[in-house]
Amino acid sequence: MAEPALVDVAERAAGYLGAYVHIPFCEAICPYCDFAVVSGRDGEVVRYLSAVVKEISSSEPIRPVDAVFVGGGTPSHVTGLADVLDAIRKRHGIARDAEITLEANPEDWSDDKAVDLRAAGFTRVSFGAQSYDPIVLDYLGRRHTADQIDLAVTSVKRAGFNSVSLDLIFGSPIESDRSWSGTLERAVGIDPDHISTYALTVERGTELSRLVNRGATAPDADVQAQRYEMAEEYLGGAGYRRYEVSNYARPGHECRYNLTAWAQGEYMAFGMGAHGHLGGVRFRNVRKLDAYLDAIERDAIARAGEEWIGGANGDRADGSDEERVVLGLRRTSGIAMDDVAASFLRHPAGGRLVEAGVIAARNGRLVVLKPLLTDEVCASFLASRS
Amino acid sequence: MIPHIRNFSIIAHIDHGKSTLADRLLERTGAISARDMKEQLLDSMDLERERGITIKAQAVRLAYDAPDGIQYELNIIDTPGHVDFTYEVSRSLDAVEGALLVVDASQGVEAQTLANTYLAIEAGLEIIPVMNKIDLPAAEPERVAKEVAGVLGGSPDEVIAISAKTGAGIDELLEAIVDRLPPPEGLESDPLRALIFDSYFDTYRGVVCYVRIKDGVLSKGDRVRFMATNNVEGADEVGILTPAAVPVASLGPGESGYLITGIKEIDRVRVGDTVTRIDHPATQALPGYKEPKPMVFSGLFPSVGDDFERLRDALEKLRLNDSALQYEPETSTALGFGFRCGFLGLLHMEIVRERLEREFDLDLVATAPSVAFKAFTTAGATIDVRSPQDLPAANQLDHIDEPYVKVMVISPSEYIGTIMDLAQSKRGEMGKLTYLSPERVEIDYELPLAEVVFDFFDALKSRTRGYASLDYEPSEYRTSNLVRVDVLLNNQPVDAFSAIVHKDRAYNYGSAMTKRLRELIPRQLFDVPIQAAIGGRIIARETVKAKRKDVTAKCYGGDISRKRKLLEKQKEGKKRMKMVGSVEVPQEAFVSALQIDTDG
Ligand SMILES: Nc1nc2c(ncn2[C@@H]2O[C@H](COP(=O)(O)OP(=O)(O)O)[C@@H](O)[C@H]2O)c(=O)[nH]1
Ligand code: SF4
Ligand SMILES: [Mg+2]
Repeated sequence: MAEPALVDVAERAAGYLGAYVHIPFCEAICPYCDFAVVSGRDGEVVRYLSAVVKEISSSEPIRPVDAVFVGGGTPSHVTGLADVLDAIRKRHGIARDAEITLEANPEDWSDDKAVDLRAAGFTRVSFGAQSYDPIVLDYLGRRHTADQIDLAVTSVKRAGFNSVSLDLIFGSPIESDRSWSGTLERAVGIDPDHISTYALTVERGTELSRLVNRGATAPDADVQAQRYEMAEEYLGGAGYRRYEVSNYARPGHECRYNLTAWAQGEYMAFGMGAHGHLGGVRFRNVRKLDAYLDAIERDAIARAGEEWIGGANGDRADGSDEERVVLGLRRTSGIAMDDVAASFLRHPAGGRLVEAGVIAARNGRLVVLKPLLTDEVCASFLASRS
Repeated sequence: MIPHIRNFSIIAHIDHGKSTLADRLLERTGAISARDMKEQLLDSMDLERERGITIKAQAVRLAYDAPDGIQYELNIIDTPGHVDFTYEVSRSLDAVEGALLVVDASQGVEAQTLANTYLAIEAGLEIIPVMNKIDLPAAEPERVAKEVAGVLGGSPDEVIAISAKTGAGIDELLEAIVDRLPPPEGLESDPLRALIFDSYFDTYRGVVCYVRIKDGVLSKGDRVRFMATNNVEGADEVGILTPAAVPVASLGPGESGYLITGIKEIDRVRVGDTVTRIDHPATQALPGYKEPKPMVFSGLFPSVGDDFERLRDALEKLRLNDSALQYEPETSTALGFGFRCGFLGLLHMEIVRERLEREFDLDLVATAPSVAFKAFTTAGATIDVRSPQDLPAANQLDHIDEPYVKVMVISPSEYIGTIMDLAQSKRGEMGKLTYLSPERVEIDYELPLAEVVFDFFDALKSRTRGYASLDYEPSEYRTSNLVRVDVLLNNQPVDAFSAIVHKDRAYNYGSAMTKRLRELIPRQLFDVPIQAAIGGRIIARETVKAKRKDVTAKCYGGDISRKRKLLEKQKEGKKRMKMVGSVEVPQEAFVSALQIDTDG
């Protein structure tokens, strides 16, 4: 069977409807993490899941969803997620071939869990593996071992999920080339369907950023660039296609839910800190657990803010073209060569990027050839429009 | 003769206490109530108060009830002490008959003490030597009195000892002013001749002139003529400064005050011009002032391109109040449209820039200062070089002359060796060495102006722990081994960074500039070489390595709004970039690169 072309995979996602559910509970907070998370609040799990179910059940019915993503936090840290999927199914419907992803930490995994979650309907598991090097795992404040990653992946495969994915983090200051190539080799050795590789980023307000401000070594962008290229080369050689800046998949295993976001598609959002995009509006829920519980239990909505973007349902208003390009250029397949893309190529800023081999017109698309410079491309694009 | 008037200036080396003395005189004569008294009251500009220096000369009239029962009118002009503002001093000396020469009793005679004394003697003034700060434990009144007497050729007994701080000796000084200084001459019946010794622009009232009446009477309502510009105006308001402006009916011979005619066009008034009356005109104008000669040149550019017109307007207005400032339009590839300005020295340059920024709310970039060179071409032409861009191409250039100055250094004698070493390293030629007293010496030098303004002064201060002082005046042009150092960004010269320097300094300049720029220029899509070159020869090189990674690692459904905000910021940054060839340079990089002292 011919491999599905990345262009088709990417473009098809524009028509999907996604649903995101946020599970904020974690065993402990990792020093680099800036997600909406809580630890030490496990006593609230039951209350929280019923709030989420209530939020889903009172949401405006749209149509069956094509991709569900239960992220966190650490969804594998809690039980009771079957109720959440049921609520979505009941309120909106879930397409028969839908992708239903669960984020999980290796140390939480067990064969029993695998069987239960598969039975609940999940089709895909994404593990926060981060590294196979114990020194790096320790630096990142992770609580699992390299062997636990392999055990968890094997268990997922055995339970009959469609896809299993590993998240890896590279470019921490204590990492060496050797450590990173070792991680890549072991990750590929366990044969996941999908691999995400992230450059360690010091986010404001995290423990890591406090340490760096106090003089700890910060990640080096040039070293990260080199490690990025190592991954690109190694994973490409092992049959993984890079389909976005940080994401690789065996053909057919690209994450539909994320492709929807990059195609400026629509997705619903449930749970604290969850972001959604429906009817040309981007919206987000409150980021504090108590505020979220309080709002839902009072029969109120948990919105913290929203912003009209336009762009959905063919209605192109302010900001929509810009956003569509900025998101779409993260994909290996880039964006269609429409008027917007073509006029960027004609602009001196676009011309300079072409000349430097950063972007190019390929098969009727505008693509980024040097993904590490995608932000430069996007900022130049935005500047060229004003 | 107008027996009850005394006009005088206070002259001194910087920090010897002129402004404080003016305060005391104001207070003692009741011009300012003790309640309104603030220190260095005549330093009215914010800038003067912050820096604790006098920049502008200030005029004020006092009423002094002398013990002889007569009320005298005293007109004081407080003057700046820094060498850059000598021009202000000499102008104010033309408006007075006497001078108080103030010397710090703990420091003794210094360079501007001498320089200003010579100016006062040249202007034919009667000088009263005053020794200030006798309250200080470190004061050496006997030694200093002798030094001062030595300079003026009188007896140490004539030196009046005071403390401007405690007020000691002030009464005696006031007596001396009345007794020793001559009253002004001039007849009420003569045709009016009023010297404009300063002016400024007032937004509501237009040009305000400070005048000193030499002959005749100026009254409110008179029709007057500005003799040099030949403008006829009405005297809308005539007044005195007490220091508050107080309108009066008329000003008579020997008096100073202000004149408002309602002129709004700045170029119709010239400092140094003579004002006369239409109905009783003078035939001969008063001798005006020599045009001051700028010593240091630098480009001033608005940070924001469209502020060019505002900058032009501001320079016009400021020039009215600072006639030593010169300017002409200039274009730079890096900085856009601006002005090449001439200044009396680095302090003057700094002050002008700060006044433009504060008083006219501008944000400016100044290019590396330079002195005025003369270039001689192989074809026999002479070119005035006020900017490195004026220099002809190397193959047409025969040689370059640079300005030298006569420098007078005054220092405790223990530093003679140090000063000689320093002067030699700055290409100085020693002239005569004179002992003012066994502990104090004057050494004269011929030095390149560039060395003096950019380096010598600071080095002298630090190597003599602040005890040596210096003054200089232009002398001649001499042929020197000068080169133009260009700075190239990605092989393209950037005009704002070129400099003409002595060959021995070229490497320092080049490497300092390239290093600095490497830090300031953001990484681009390709390696950017930064080079310093003399003609075709590269003398320093740095590289800004190509940017390898800027992409945000994660961008999922939850990150999109934040991501857009980040990109918006990046976009704004991009829009502030200036393209120099194919290199994007933030305007701030030019600004910061030019702000450092790269002559070291
Ligand atoms: N102890 C003492 N300090 C003085 C006296 N006169 C002035 N000063 C101080 O010397 C400094 C310079 O005075 P200033 O009047 O600004 O000097 P200018 O630069 O000549 O105008 C200030 O800190 C004054 O307070 C004095 O008689 N005794
Ligand atoms: S487990 Fe994941 S979500 Fe939880 S704190 Fe660590 S990185 Fe953040
Ligand atoms: Mg002063």
